[in-house]
Amino acid sequence: MATRTLNFKIYRYDPDKDASPYMQDISIEIDSTDRKLLDVLVKLKAKDDSLAFRRSCREGVCGSDAMNINGKNGLACLTEIDSLAQPIVLRPLPGLPVIRDLIVDMTQFFKQYHSIKPYVVNNSPAPEKERLQTPEEREELNGLYECILCACCSTSCPSFWWNPDKFVGPAGLLAAYRFIADTRDEVTNERLDNLEDPYRLFRCHTIMNCVDVCPKHLNPTKAIGKIKELMLSRAV
Amino acid sequence: MKVAKRTFDAVIVGAGGAGMRAAVTLAESGLKTAVISKVFPTRSHTVAAQGGVSASLGNSEPDHWTWHMYDTVKGSDWLGDQDAIEFMCKQAPQVVVELEHYGMPFDRTDEGKIYQRPFGGHMSNFGEKPVRRACAAADRTGHAMLHALYQRNVRANTQFFVEWLALDLLRGVDGSVLGVIAMELETGEVTVFQAKATLFATGGAGRIYYSSTNAFINTGDGVGMAARAGIPLEDMEFWQFHPTGVAGAGVLITEGVRGEGGILRNASGERFMERYAPNAKDLASRDVVSRAMVTEMNEGRGCGPAKDHVMLDITHLDPKTIMTRLPGIREIAIQFAGVDPIKEPIPVVPTCHYQMGGIPTNYHGQVMAEDGVVPGFYAAGECACASVHGANRLGTNSLLDLLVFGKSSGESMIEQIRKEPAALPEIPQGEIDKTLARLNRLDQQKQGASVHETRLAMQRSMQKHAGVFRFKNLLQEGVEQILAIEKQVQQTEIKDKSQVWNTARMEALELDNLIEVAKATIVSANARTESRGAHVRDDAPDTPEHPDGRDDVNWLKHTLWYRDGNRLSYKPVVMKPLTVEPVALKKRAY
Repeated sequence: MATRTLNFKIYRYDPDKDASPYMQDISIEIDSTDRKLLDVLVKLKAKDDSLAFRRSCREGVCGSDAMNINGKNGLACLTEIDSLAQPIVLRPLPGLPVIRDLIVDMTQFFKQYHSIKPYVVNNSPAPEKERLQTPEEREELNGLYECILCACCSTSCPSFWWNPDKFVGPAGLLAAYRFIADTRDEVTNERLDNLEDPYRLFRCHTIMNCVDVCPKHLNPTKAIGKIKELMLSRAV
Repeated sequence: MKVAKRTFDAVIVGAGGAGMRAAVTLAESGLKTAVISKVFPTRSHTVAAQGGVSASLGNSEPDHWTWHMYDTVKGSDWLGDQDAIEFMCKQAPQVVVELEHYGMPFDRTDEGKIYQRPFGGHMSNFGEKPVRRACAAADRTGHAMLHALYQRNVRANTQFFVEWLALDLLRGVDGSVLGVIAMELETGEVTVFQAKATLFATGGAGRIYYSSTNAFINTGDGVGMAARAGIPLEDMEFWQFHPTGVAGAGVLITEGVRGEGGILRNASGERFMERYAPNAKDLASRDVVSRAMVTEMNEGRGCGPAKDHVMLDITHLDPKTIMTRLPGIREIAIQFAGVDPIKEPIPVVPTCHYQMGGIPTNYHGQVMAEDGVVPGFYAAGECACASVHGANRLGTNSLLDLLVFGKSSGESMIEQIRKEPAALPEIPQGEIDKTLARLNRLDQQKQGASVHETRLAMQRSMQKHAGVFRFKNLLQEGVEQILAIEKQVQQTEIKDKSQVWNTARMEALELDNLIEVAKATIVSANARTESRGAHVRDDAPDTPEHPDGRDDVNWLKHTLWYRDGNRLSYKPVVMKPLTVEPVALKKRAY
């Protein structure tokens, strides 16, 4: 089988033994069955078991293996090796505290997701059967519910970097609109109140990095725009 | 090593569909509940389920839970317990509607009801013709379901311990289960979680095979922990090979593709399933379709230069249907097969997908050992064996299993916890020491075996010796090989000694669990000298006496494997449902 060499520069930091982070140069032989970046990371780890990264489904639905790849956030399992210039530079997602190597502390990210009350609120007595929703109403959720919470978007957003504690960030706001758009949810007003704040929603300056990096091709900026429209129409 | 202790009413290990469904019930009841998960909940493997969750809602055409029950018993090749199957099929509409009320974004019919699609083995009127029973959210049903359940748990204020790896089950002197011992990945710290009731919802172990649709995390942790704690494992010889894994990559392509009209073709373009299942064709049961595919390849009708795959063709479908009903599949085909299924067929092969066996339970989720219920211990979902799937699971019954038995386990736990005295019993120090010794051995090991190489050897061996078709001589060879590999597993060595997010240590501990599953599988498979469901042997062929090689006189019984000495025992199949007439034994044809 034809093999070739790939060169990497990988961010390494183990607080148990490293005084500070460093970039490690590593090369590895790969063959034609290694198509995705994650395949190669698994191979690298077989050689050096101390390389730490998260991974699970390896098909782009669980959101575990988000990282910064040649300067852009993405999922290792969906990134074609052939699409990458060498040396391939891997860093943890920017803007969140690093725990070790490519593993970041996502507490702040999930805190923001939780802050938008990510669940359908419907206080009407539940019918015996399903709540009805027309196919058109259901279609409003497309492009919203598919989010995998990988954090590629929020950690590519300068507003989130500067104010991760105050700005909900693109992932959280996409989720906020997912529940506003759901005809079964009855608390749109409270949801808008929850975002009526100089930071929570309005720190989005439509830089659109989120759209650029989303591995599921979702558009948080558009969802944020719709929330802003609703706020506006409610004000007048 | 210092071991901290925390106490709860209930501890759930695993935050996939079953664990989180149980957590909703427990947290909403006000009991102090902890959910321990080695990954953030929405990273659990339920997320990868695609096609649907079954329930006889009858939203598009008449359906009935007794038809669903019939299909499930037949699909199980009569190895499923009919009391548990009745319970599940009867509960299905209610748990699916509950999920909708939690916010699950199901697709909709024109009347606004939950959209349902046809699926393999789903028939109306006791096997007559295909019926729409699979409730779907596009081809992302598992993702939508897992997120809806997580969201409901956020609402219920469930306490999660995220990125904690459970290490071992803790049992009292009387055999009752007292909780688990677990490690926080971020710090390497070990903590005892003591509880009045402990639920394992840790998923399957598809990673015992080389080629699997399963996530990296599917390492059978609960099954391994149970085995080490002396709990038997039931029917572990039965593994489902999903007909349509992407050739080479192993990534799943849902049966929903065939439900929406997709067709399997061999090298000459023939729709070969017409020869194997004249009635259900491409929507026959998964074991039947997988065997047909392998037979096509073995007889030289496979596709590609190596004739090592067949084609899944949806090029005749309206591109709009593909874009609305199967958008995720199109993406997977482009990403992992390099083809756009609107224009070209997808190369597919049968790929290990689902563990039918597991920790034996009744339909209340209570774990059953040889001498009855194990007090304080519950299991649900793929790690458990209720047994509703028997020798072969029907598509979409897995998500249903998670909902029904997650919920029933939660309810059983509440009932038990409310009867318990407030004081918790003492955990024998020896129980904790066993785990600490295992951790210590791993940290001290020198000149040991590589975790990566040992795992690979196990996976290759399982793939060769216990695949879609099984052979007497290979099974025997497989037992010897796996027992030899077990010796290496006991001497794995890791170079990484860090206390912080040590993934090398995690993988070594996962391998301790995988090897228990591999042993249980190969030993149980070697012993079962009949063909049934997913377990088909060359020395148990189709004869007039034993149609399809099934031997109901000698083998209509569940296997129980014990880790201690690889001992096997057997228990009868429950042939009596709760309220209706039994589904009588007959030859399985689609």
